[in-house]
Amino acid sequence: MDSLNTRLAALRGGTSPVGFSARTIAGLNENPGCARRALLDASGADKDRIGARVGFPGRFGQSPFALARGRVFEEQIKANGAAQLLRLLREKLGLTIEEAAYLPLEDVGDNTGRELRARHTTAQLLRAAREGDDAGTLFDHPMLRLRVAGCTAYLEPDLVAFQVGGRFHVVEIKSFAVIDGQVDGEQVTAAARQAAVYVLALRELLADHGLDPETVSHEVLLVTPADFTNRPVVSLIDVRKQLAAVRRVLARMSRVETLLDALPEGVSFDLAPDDDGDPTRDPAELAAALHQIPARYRPGCRAHCELAAFCRDEARCADSLDVFGPAVGGMLGGVDTVCAALGLAEGTRAPAEDEAEIARALRHAETLRSGLG
Amino acid sequence: MSGLLTVLEKMHAARTGYARPLRRFRHHHLVDEPLVIVPLKLAGEAAAPLGCAVGTDPDEPVLLTVPQPRNRDLQHAFFTDLAHVVLGYVAARQGETEEVVPRGGEPRLRYADAPQILVPNRPALDHLGLTGRLTRFQETEDDVPLLGRWLTFFADRAEYPGSSLALALTDLLTAQWATGQSDLEDANLAMLLAWICPPEGTTGAAAAQVAENPLDFPPAGPATDPDFDGLVLQPAVQGYDRAVDAGDPVAAARAEAKVREAVTSQLMPTWRLMWKGLRRLRELPEAAGCEQRWAADRDRFTRHVDRIAEGGPPQPRHDHAVAAAARLATLERAQSRFEAQQAVDDPFVLAELRTTGEAFGGTVVAGEPDRTEVTAKGRTVLRPRLTVRTEDPVRVDDDQAYVCPDRPKQNVRIREIAEDESGCLLVLDVVSGMGTVKKPVPIPEPGETVRYTRVPPQWGGQDFPAPEETPWTHGGPPPGSEEPQGAEQ
Ligand code: SF4
Repeated sequence: MDSLNTRLAALRGGTSPVGFSARTIAGLNENPGCARRALLDASGADKDRIGARVGFPGRFGQSPFALARGRVFEEQIKANGAAQLLRLLREKLGLTIEEAAYLPLEDVGDNTGRELRARHTTAQLLRAAREGDDAGTLFDHPMLRLRVAGCTAYLEPDLVAFQVGGRFHVVEIKSFAVIDGQVDGEQVTAAARQAAVYVLALRELLADHGLDPETVSHEVLLVTPADFTNRPVVSLIDVRKQLAAVRRVLARMSRVETLLDALPEGVSFDLAPDDDGDPTRDPAELAAALHQIPARYRPGCRAHCELAAFCRDEARCADSLDVFGPAVGGMLGGVDTVCAALGLAEGTRAPAEDEAEIARALRHAETLRSGLG
Repeated sequence: MSGLLTVLEKMHAARTGYARPLRRFRHHHLVDEPLVIVPLKLAGEAAAPLGCAVGTDPDEPVLLTVPQPRNRDLQHAFFTDLAHVVLGYVAARQGETEEVVPRGGEPRLRYADAPQILVPNRPALDHLGLTGRLTRFQETEDDVPLLGRWLTFFADRAEYPGSSLALALTDLLTAQWATGQSDLEDANLAMLLAWICPPEGTTGAAAAQVAENPLDFPPAGPATDPDFDGLVLQPAVQGYDRAVDAGDPVAAARAEAKVREAVTSQLMPTWRLMWKGLRRLRELPEAAGCEQRWAADRDRFTRHVDRIAEGGPPQPRHDHAVAAAARLATLERAQSRFEAQQAVDDPFVLAELRTTGEAFGGTVVAGEPDRTEVTAKGRTVLRPRLTVRTEDPVRVDDDQAYVCPDRPKQNVRIREIAEDESGCLLVLDVVSGMGTVKKPVPIPEPGETVRYTRVPPQWGGQDFPAPEETPWTHGGPPPGSEEPQGAEQ
């Protein structure tokens, strides 16, 4: 493991590592086949600054209004010992309100270091799990750990609820609105992916201490405001599918060594920061290093990866069909470039054996096209 | 449509750097005076209005802005102003009427004109729907609840394939042209238009790259650029809050003007793009089927006016499960009819369907114009037959009637398919429009080139239920459940 860490650190160079969060782990799932992203994330490289250095700054800012809205809603839910939330959970999970406790895990004395907080969280959660007592407890700001590519990622779910029936539920507080019982599917999916990462971390925590991981429910509680108001509603979301996906991507990350082995000698994403932390690495050299690792660009990348503009440019320069998205690539199964597709359509390129069928279809379409004038 | 022909045009667009036409005609009616609306909302809120540019005159948009979008009173003032514009526009379409006498039905009147709302993109239509939902139940004496009912009406119609009462410009443009970029990039109005009408001297591809910069080309909304929010809007709104807290009306007015200036800077570029795109679309000839679809739109408009006049209640909150299913079926029918009509009207669309085998074309190699059949009742009827050689991957559907756009009255069915060394032979029976044994109507002759596509389904009385029967919805879980739909990927 250590040698792996050393190799990953060497790849990153002299910059301090960017840690994983539930969002970035969930983000890995968006494009699980991309070796470039897997390696950059595993090594803790700063994709944002790398993208900027090679001339493709990303745009990943969030509006301060959206952030403020999220903060205000969370504060409201958690005010007065999470009074509002406890009432809702009582309805949803059958908590008896008198018994339910609210336990903030934010501070451990003066020291709020992540490792210390994680240990404190572990102790509290284990006690609750072992005692299995009937009192529901809400753990606020627990600090969980998850092994990703041989490194420890620290995760902070919004809340963990401990239910009467002896089960843990992850609670996600999101400020997007549910209107007439309906909600934007993409946002729910994103929330479910993040929550799945927390569920997994919690399960590992229990399993590491010989407790039944299934005590952690695959049903996550999503708390959102309803109908243009601040009134919260709770929904149960089944995250089994997302859990399986997160497991797969973590398994792949644990094999990151194979990706490393495939790299030519001396590849590094070092930004070579000067004393002020400003990068001094030659951009062309850095870009060349990135090109050494195979990527798998798709238009959706721009929603979750800081290198999207760089990878799109690479795909464009390579005349790749990837710039159009996976659907087009799927239709032209096996043909990789615009030039090849048009060559087959116009009959200027002899189809390879496995291209016979798509070549016929393309030629047919091209005949129809030219018949239109 | 997204068959191989579209894909191929995308490839050609990528190679040449210019957008490629996907249709010969425009299949949505465009009125002479549409109401263009560019709405912006505050990030993080469901439907808090930040501002909008609205109007029928490209040179004189009505600009509405909200200095503190979270303030309910200011929101209401905004909705009142918007109601003034929208309801005024809608009222002005209620002049002339015409009498419609349906076959075997009661004569009725419908408006000769109807409103048409144009917004930049799909999310803007959704936003109008949410704004409608937010305002139609408000219990105020002013026009705001009425605005809500009309916005709900428009958002609802926007989901009906073929309707032209409320349209997103990106939808109209992507139906018409293929670009060399992905659908995600096509959803960006500035990038899409850059491909279609690039500035003189540059390619569409190059212009689209330039148009991707949100500083020069602010997003078409309803969401604003996060950097704009942080650097410009937030300080302006905070300035307004401070002035109001200090009870300083002069400073508040100044701060309000600042917010207005900021929001206007994000609205105007999109406003101009809207009219540019509209001008380009108007240059295209309108498809024949538009007239009938627009008549259906005017019918729907007339019914909604009547419903409001009769004091009917606003559209309800939820779709009932049954109504939601019925509505879905209706939308699917409308979609399939719209597609079929486009194929009849437009050779590009028909050609696209030939790549998937839903339509076909070829050369007539044999014909039996005098062929007759004896029906079950013992009557002798004319059933001409022709054989067509095709290279299309025809998908045989026994129950499907096909029509050739050049002979709109004559329908055929596929009787038989036979493969031979150079393609396939289709045996077609003419099942309508062939005349009688005594007075036969000519059928295509050997050597002629023919094209056939599915016969569009007829308009049925129940095809377009009113929004109050099956109200607006985003499609979701059955009513009564408090939770959003399970997060299946
Ligand atoms: S943007 Fe590039 S590095 Fe990131 S996931 Fe996509 S292809 Fe991989």
